[in-house]
Amino acid sequence: MNLDLYRTEYTKARARRPKGEPPALAERRDEALSRFLELGFPTTRHEEWRFTSVAPIADQPFAPAPPLVGDVCPVDVTPFRFHGVCAAELVFVDGHYVPSLSTRAALLGGARAGSLAAAIAGHAPEIDPFLARVAAFERAPFVALNTALFADGAYVHVPAHTVLEHPVHLLFVSTGGGAAHGSPLLMSHPRVLAVLGDNSQASIVETYAGPDGMRYFTNPVTEIVLGQNAVVVHYKLQRESSEAYHVGTMSVRASRSANCASHSVSAGGALVRNDVVAVLAGEGGECALNGLYLADRQRLVDNHTTIDHATAHCGSREIYKGILADRARGVFNGKIIVRPDAQKTDAKQTNRALLLSEDAQVNSKPELEIFANDVKCTHGAAVGQLDEDAVFYLRSRGLGLAEARHMLIHAFLGDVLQRMPLAPVREGIERVVARQLARALDAAA
Amino acid sequence: MLTVRNLHARVSGRDILRGIDLSIMFGEVHAIMGPNGSGKSTLARVLAGHPEYEVTEGEVLFEGEDLLGMDPETRARVGVFMAFQYPVEIPGVNNAYFLKAALNTVRKHRGLEELDAMDFMTLIRERMKQLDMDESFLNRPVNEGFSGGEKKRNEIFQMAVLEPKLGILDETDSGLDIDALRIVADGVNAMRSAERSFLVVTHYQRLLNYIVPDVVHVLTDGRIVRSGGKELALELEDKGYSWLEEPVGKR
Ligand SMILES: Nc1ncnc2c1ncn2[C@@H]1O[C@H](COP(=O)(O)OP(=O)(O)O)[C@@H](O)[C@H]1O
Ligand SMILES: [Mg+2]
Repeated sequence: MNLDLYRTEYTKARARRPKGEPPALAERRDEALSRFLELGFPTTRHEEWRFTSVAPIADQPFAPAPPLVGDVCPVDVTPFRFHGVCAAELVFVDGHYVPSLSTRAALLGGARAGSLAAAIAGHAPEIDPFLARVAAFERAPFVALNTALFADGAYVHVPAHTVLEHPVHLLFVSTGGGAAHGSPLLMSHPRVLAVLGDNSQASIVETYAGPDGMRYFTNPVTEIVLGQNAVVVHYKLQRESSEAYHVGTMSVRASRSANCASHSVSAGGALVRNDVVAVLAGEGGECALNGLYLADRQRLVDNHTTIDHATAHCGSREIYKGILADRARGVFNGKIIVRPDAQKTDAKQTNRALLLSEDAQVNSKPELEIFANDVKCTHGAAVGQLDEDAVFYLRSRGLGLAEARHMLIHAFLGDVLQRMPLAPVREGIERVVARQLARALDAAA
Repeated sequence: MLTVRNLHARVSGRDILRGIDLSIMFGEVHAIMGPNGSGKSTLARVLAGHPEYEVTEGEVLFEGEDLLGMDPETRARVGVFMAFQYPVEIPGVNNAYFLKAALNTVRKHRGLEELDAMDFMTLIRERMKQLDMDESFLNRPVNEGFSGGEKKRNEIFQMAVLEPKLGILDETDSGLDIDALRIVADGVNAMRSAERSFLVVTHYQRLLNYIVPDVVHVLTDGRIVRSGGKELALELEDKGYSWLEEPVGKR
């Protein structure tokens, strides 16, 4: 494994940084790089990466993706948009903000959504206290790498008492670099910082997409800070190229009585790892982590979640469901930490997987670390196959085999999808899921 | 309508049906009676096309067509319906949604126009009334949380909606109280016609007081050992099955 590449890229990236970057941030980035070089890429000897080998990422050289030349995007981003429903839709190509593809028409009440690099250069007041302070990188090599190398990303600020009715869509499209022979594979490290003031409310949708068949590496990190009583509904729709590597982390810090709902949908990618870390840092906080993942062929999807009950009277609900076909593999690890002060915690975790073939497999593990005594924590896991009796029952009423299977799979996923409150976003996600399922079922038939 | 010749079938490596012959004419109701484990449900499932059951010998013709060569959905579409002895619970699949999808595939196959939501609801409401079912049922998942009686009634309701040519009822009477039994029997009787036939599998004679069969067959150990008129059912009720258990020839 050769880390020199990353040292060199870091030096180049530092030289390219805009002048306005505050020294404190520059220091954090230096620290992050050193930490990454110390940690290196994880191997399956690391507990957190036991079932997920990132050797394909570690062993191939990647070059940072350059910005578009003349704003001409070689990939049509239209199919990835959520038409007409967004307060703002920011489009990033290979990690770089492209204003000509973005809209910010309907942002109200002093809310901001735009380029993170611009916010840093413009000394937005939320940068210093929060950027690179929510997503810890000391033990997370990919977060460290992102922190060192990110060129741009999104900055969302919703002032106190402001309610955004329509979602902010952050669309990250990778081009794969045009796949010219001999040109290096591209990587991008998009960064998102969203700060919601007290009593504010917003929905944020992140989409990660790329043209099918392209190989590239996306390593995004999202930090969300919730003020008191703030409410965020966050969606992550991962629909990368079937050859792509995607390692993403989202870290949320919730203050007193804040409410965070996360809906993570993984439909694409060859090697996918999603980390979600939610810290309930103030009393009365609530968090719901919902996830859905689909994989076929030889693909691997790994979801690691951590809910940190740091204070008393917080509640968390988590439900992850996966469907695996062919030789695909799924990993689910759900950690729930209940700190000594977090009395009256109420945590519930469920994860279920449906295997559509004999060769598909899932490794799933709940991890409860409970240090308080007056708490309610439950977890349940189940892995199974389609109920053949149910398939026969539906067929015996005239439904075709494919339709019967589809109906049952949809029923399996139904409760996760139904938890998504924004109908236009949910419907868009349902279409992506349906397409992916049709492909997996074709292969399984 | 239905001709079964020398039907042998096995499941999990065991021969269960060991040479069934059966012929049902248009408009007839045949009853199959027999002790537990004699193969009644196996016969019903084989006719419906359950993939677990392997036919090792014999043939089945439905309106002259090779029924065994059809997959289960095709059998349903050409007009074979089996009411399950143990209907399957399907969490997350809504009754109305499922039934509309089923009805429209069946209608399409039969060259009929698909029903839109309005016409479908009109039909459904009428059938539900016939079977004395509550509307709330439509929005519940298929069979999930239903009582035994509700499940059986749901099977007959589905049959009434899908309007098959041959209805196979596998112990639809078991577990029903007398009121429910009457409702179910009325539902079946209302469907009887010169073009529709029924194969009624039952363990008890009771149901046959309400659905009066033309022919009664006794199945023991995978073979039909006796056939007769409706009196045969009464005789069985009196004497039990044991006097028939040793058919002529080898056992
Ligand atoms: N799916 C199956 N797997 C294994 N054995 C079965 C299966 N279905 C039926 N059998 C066996 O076949 C025999 C006949 O069963 P069944 O047809 O259900 O009888 P009946 O309906 O007359 O009570 C029984 O011994 C039963 O255990
Ligand atoms: Mg039976």
